[in-house]
Amino acid sequence: MAKKIVLNAKYQNKNQKGKKLKKLFMLNRKVFSYPYIAFLTLFVIAPLLLILINAFLVNGTFSLQNFVNFFTESTSLSTLSDSLLVGFVTTVLCIVIGYPVAYILSKMDSGKVLVLLFVLPMWVNFLIRTLATKTIFESLGVKLGMGTVIFGMVYNYLPFMILPLHTTLSSIDKSYSEAAQDLGADSITSFLNITLPLSLPGIISGITMVFVPTISTFAISELLSNNQILLFGDSINLKFSQDMYGVGSVMSIIMLLFVLISNGLINKFQGKTVDEARRNLW
Amino acid sequence: MVKKNFIKVFSKLYLALILLFLYAPVLCIIIFSFFNTDLFTFKNGFSFEAYTSIFTSSKSIDLWNAIGNTAFIAVIAATVSTVLGTFSAIGIFNLSKRTRRAVKNINQLPVINSEIVMAVSFMVFFSTFAFPEGYLRLTLAHIAFCTPYVVLNVMPQLTQMDPNIYEAALDLGANPNKALTKVMLPILKPGIISGFVLSFTLSMDDFIITQINKGNTGIETLSTFIYGDAHRKGMEPFWFAVFSIIFVLILTILLVINLKKSSLKENKNEKI
Repeated sequence: MAKKIVLNAKYQNKNQKGKKLKKLFMLNRKVFSYPYIAFLTLFVIAPLLLILINAFLVNGTFSLQNFVNFFTESTSLSTLSDSLLVGFVTTVLCIVIGYPVAYILSKMDSGKVLVLLFVLPMWVNFLIRTLATKTIFESLGVKLGMGTVIFGMVYNYLPFMILPLHTTLSSIDKSYSEAAQDLGADSITSFLNITLPLSLPGIISGITMVFVPTISTFAISELLSNNQILLFGDSINLKFSQDMYGVGSVMSIIMLLFVLISNGLINKFQGKTVDEARRNLW
Repeated sequence: MVKKNFIKVFSKLYLALILLFLYAPVLCIIIFSFFNTDLFTFKNGFSFEAYTSIFTSSKSIDLWNAIGNTAFIAVIAATVSTVLGTFSAIGIFNLSKRTRRAVKNINQLPVINSEIVMAVSFMVFFSTFAFPEGYLRLTLAHIAFCTPYVVLNVMPQLTQMDPNIYEAALDLGANPNKALTKVMLPILKPGIISGFVLSFTLSMDDFIITQINKGNTGIETLSTFIYGDAHRKGMEPFWFAVFSIIFVLILTILLVINLKKSSLKENKNEKI
């Protein structure tokens, strides 16, 4: 009996020791994140804060002049409108071209493997692909301009539209549209009333994955229009290389707002599809 | 029935058309790399001259330097990001709920942010605090945008992990360090590996951040070298050959990886 109690005590003691160890270790493991938190503060937050500060600085004093400059200058406004136009047209074209692709692929048995073929070109550096497209245009004698810029953008970002659409479309339960057809709807009605609304999250994530990158790209529009058309991304680079940090920072903040808004939209409409799509992308 | 067949054929045709659109530039470059031309013409006849120019052109030294720089930065960035990201993920996982969410949100910023904004913010940051120009700036910037992806890859593995396994190791007498290296890290291995591969490719593929942060040091990676040269002087046969090699390399590597992955998945499904 006594032996048992002693053993029990020993066991409990050991258990407590284990708990203490565990507790200590939990603390330890938390500590693992501290260097990274410092790293994030230094290399993610501080740079963005500096941009924010620069946007409000003119000759070392606080001022809103940079914002006034941006919104009254005709060149920067035309950059903004050009970017929005190219972004809008590219996004619409990507939906129009990409939706049928994703839809057909989702109906096929081998769709999951085939979709890879549509995604593969994305892995080749965009500069190389853009230069290749440019060479085609030059060989065919096509005049570089707005048309070629939009072509290049669609070519670059179409996979970003197809992937999230394919993910949502193939996850829709087939029995829904089958039920609709059993109940007498023709295939067009069942598509419009069942498939299309259910694929809305994929459309939204596709839009944000195409629109924001399109207006923020650097070099594509410059290369495909021989420097005639500068989009937002090119323009930010230009401002900073001309030492106009103030206006450049204002534009960066506007860009960042676009990014945050689009990310909020994605999160609102089912963040899962995008996460999944991103995981498939990489 | 006829209508159904028609739709089937039509949809296959559509897919083929879009694939052609996506691959046409790649195919054209590869075909014309054998005709020693800077535009798409056959007039110079079939030859391997473009390919030999990779070794004989005045640009070849710069090209090899650029490839070396790209690999050097990618190896360092991927290694540091993987180590930093893995331990950080374990740390973040053990934070209190509220702090964890905050850190995760900040970790998300470099992932969603547009590259150009990140690039200029790094540039302003580096010049404000007078970081020496060159490899230091480039590797730090690459580590900064790669690490969040490693964290994102390791995190799901941690959430899926059965905490009892780790506790069992402790109960069976492993000290925490041993439990970490012998139990935890092996479980996290798939996430760590995919994090490493991802950050390596992201670093190699990066153009915007490198271009804006390389300064006047003359350090070129493959993408900035392509931009500088092909942009200024236009495409030359030399580039046709280089691009073709890159295309074929990347596409075969990816095809092999993906086919292997899907066949593995199928095997697993069959077993179940």
